[in-house]
Amino acid sequence: MTTRWTRKDLLGLRELSADEINFVLETADAFKQVGAREIKKVPALRGKTLVNFFVEPSTRTRTSFELAAFRLSADVINISASISSLTKGETLKDTARNLEALHADILVLRHSSAGAPQFLAQRLKASVINAGDGAHEHPTQALLDLYTIREKRGKIAGLHVAIIGDILFSRVARSNIFGLVKLGARVTLVGPSTLVPREFEKLGVEVSYKIDNVLPHADVVNLLRIQHERQRKEYFPGTGEYTRFFGLTKQRAKLLKPDCLIMHPGPINRGVEIDSNVADGLQSVILDQVTNGLAVRMAVLFLCGGIAT
Amino acid sequence: MKQAKQNSPDFVPIMGAEAIRRALRRIAHEIIERNPRLEKVVLAGIPSRGIEIAQRIAAFIREIEKIDIETGVIDVAMHRDDVGTRPDLPVVRASKLPLPLEERTVIIVDDVLYTGRTIRAAMDAINSFGRPARIQLAALVDRGHRELPIRPDYVGKNLPTAGSERVWVRLEQTDSEPDEVRLEKQ
Amino acid sequence: MSATIIRNGRVIDPANKRDEVADLLIVDGNVAPLSQLSTLDSQPDEIDANDLIVCPGLIDIHVHLREPGFGHKETIESGARAAAAGGFTTIVCMPNTSPAADNSSTIAWIKNRAAGACVNVLPTGAISKDLAGEELAPIGSLAQAGVVAITDDGHCVQNHELMRRAVEYARMVGVPVLDHCQDYNLAGSGVVNEGYWSTLLGLPGWPAAGEEVIVMRNILLAELCDNHIHCQHVTTAGSVRLLRQARARGVKISGEVCPHHIALTDEAIQSFDTNYKMNPPLRAQADVDALLEGISDGTLSILVSDHAPHADFEKEVEFDAAPFGIIGLETELGLFLDLLLHKHAKIDIVRLIEMYTIEPARLLKIDAGTLSIGGPADMTLIGPDLEWTVKVDKFESASRNSPFDGRKLKGRAVRTIVGGKTVWRV
Repeated sequence: MTTRWTRKDLLGLRELSADEINFVLETADAFKQVGAREIKKVPALRGKTLVNFFVEPSTRTRTSFELAAFRLSADVINISASISSLTKGETLKDTARNLEALHADILVLRHSSAGAPQFLAQRLKASVINAGDGAHEHPTQALLDLYTIREKRGKIAGLHVAIIGDILFSRVARSNIFGLVKLGARVTLVGPSTLVPREFEKLGVEVSYKIDNVLPHADVVNLLRIQHERQRKEYFPGTGEYTRFFGLTKQRAKLLKPDCLIMHPGPINRGVEIDSNVADGLQSVILDQVTNGLAVRMAVLFLCGGIAT
Repeated sequence: MKQAKQNSPDFVPIMGAEAIRRALRRIAHEIIERNPRLEKVVLAGIPSRGIEIAQRIAAFIREIEKIDIETGVIDVAMHRDDVGTRPDLPVVRASKLPLPLEERTVIIVDDVLYTGRTIRAAMDAINSFGRPARIQLAALVDRGHRELPIRPDYVGKNLPTAGSERVWVRLEQTDSEPDEVRLEKQ
Repeated sequence: MSATIIRNGRVIDPANKRDEVADLLIVDGNVAPLSQLSTLDSQPDEIDANDLIVCPGLIDIHVHLREPGFGHKETIESGARAAAAGGFTTIVCMPNTSPAADNSSTIAWIKNRAAGACVNVLPTGAISKDLAGEELAPIGSLAQAGVVAITDDGHCVQNHELMRRAVEYARMVGVPVLDHCQDYNLAGSGVVNEGYWSTLLGLPGWPAAGEEVIVMRNILLAELCDNHIHCQHVTTAGSVRLLRQARARGVKISGEVCPHHIALTDEAIQSFDTNYKMNPPLRAQADVDALLEGISDGTLSILVSDHAPHADFEKEVEFDAAPFGIIGLETELGLFLDLLLHKHAKIDIVRLIEMYTIEPARLLKIDAGTLSIGGPADMTLIGPDLEWTVKVDKFESASRNSPFDGRKLKGRAVRTIVGGKTVWRV
């Protein structure tokens, strides 16, 4: 186990070692405990300024980072694409340098382009935390998923995790794949062949197009939000057919092992990728994921924001 | 390598296993004397060696008074005032204290008392859990050089040191090495 | 009367099947017979070409000079200097300027500018108006204005009927057709090769089939219209296979290759460095291997740079948002010598010079690429074994968008002579 943390940025799980991932998860244990205190706030990042820089809309992730920053006593500024000058034609680099000129210490970036966090991390002294870049990575979501699995099942190695849905366009899927494979889980990707190309097998995971064959053996099912927007019309016929072939319906949920965890990064499309009652059922840990997300993000901000840069 | 280092004049042995045992046993006696309501006492160790020291003191109290007093863990990492100044960070442990803290006496336990900054952070951490009746401080070694108005209530050994020296503590459970305190000249 | 003699070089002139150590005489800007030495009224200037290759001036038929419209990226003048520094005496510029080179007055403007450039700059004209792929550009007028080919490079005519008519029409006016092969539906919003790395990095992929579909289209249209189509910057194993089969059948089809497509694979994109973003994208190792085979067996007959300058501020953005393309004039010869001759030993120096001289000259039916007596003294002196390090800061190009900065190469041009005048030397 690594005994020290040395990264100023969290860009993705592909670049982290298994030791580093475990290090974050252990740190998150400590921060989860803070939530149980009478005063749920610690002075760790007092005097530091965190900028939530969201160049793509998101409420959940932004709120989670914001609350995590508050609990660490950091000052928070939220900038979203609609009000930021990015829309006025300023480049990402210029906008970010302006933020740095205002002495921002931590930049939490959500961006529609893969690699945007790397781009900024190479150019800024501030810590850069990836809050989701294109279809590339969403490391804090994967860390909170790992944390939740570890918390509920006591381990990750050896577990069989099924990730179901639109894998091709999913940064959550990619970060989960990198993390789960590093920590020794068996991963099966399930979804329409257009959204789960066989190329993924080269990442050390299995690919299946038959959900009913996978569910009985899974220890965890992680359902991804499925959308049938304009850019997806060529990829699958519609949500009705999706639900018929890949939705976790009440009927299909009966195939699950009794201790199988049901996860979803949210927001849920009830009745599409998951039956509404199943989402609220005993096996669902969807709300635990939200709670754990706070602890994990506190840990990440503390670690990356807490080292000298 | 380690042998050579131990034998070099740069290392001065301060306490052996027996001296450490006697010091902690004396601290146990002092805690008993000064805290008539022992059932209200919590020994809160600062990771990592403070935890082992707290457990040993608790064991002595059990031996002497036949009473199990509570122990806890108080990690100070998120309360420190030097966040952002180090090139790397150690892992943070979860703090564990019996709740509620009201009407309890929390005794902070650490291996070496130095500037006092860790203790200040520990007091902050404790306060975030609630408002104990009082907070006391026990240290195996007090090496001086305080930077804050903090004074220990229980001390295993007062050790005058130079700022350039380093106090090494090794404990059997934490370090898998024989108990020892030594002074390293830098 | 001015005269220069190049002494003791290895003269390689594929057009005249010449490969020998000899002296070469230039009189008044033209290649002259050595017998004329005795008639000179003064001593000629001497250039020592010992250990060097003296060959016809190299031709790059695929460069973007950005003028008119994008002078902040490159000008005809700066691009010509970059060409000279890379060993090129003739370059062919693409029509995706602003306004597009889809009319004779823009061609006249370019030719006017080109007259002041240090190397020969030959314009191409657009296939379709404004490169929009909807209506034919005035191909006949463009031919009269002096374009050496038509192409919509940077774009690709998606309408096969329009492309068919363009190829037929071009045959009538005698200009060859060059095509950037990209099916817009298959390539979609792709910014990198579709494969392992696009899957890993979540970057939108553009599959090999997106190129091959159009290469196949061009093969069919070349047969249908009985006119030559030249496929620009070929990148995939499938394209090479299709071209090889078609050429074996005698179809009038050809292909060119860029150095970056054999020097790099899509693995490079993991840095998200936009200097690895080009169109067509860097492909997989199997494609690189196929391109090398295609060069080796003659399927790919022309070497080009696809020199595509962009300003720093344009390239220094998110990967998705960055423009495609890299500069190449000042690295291409070094890379091809290094890779094709030294590293992979796929072809010899004579073939490499053919691919840079008579092959493009034949395709475009231009009077260049030879050292024939009486012809213009355009020539390149090459040190095939000279070791050097690419230093982008020292480039003549107005732009710096190269992924090869710091790369060590073996082989380069050491002097470039246009019309008997040295326009650049190392």
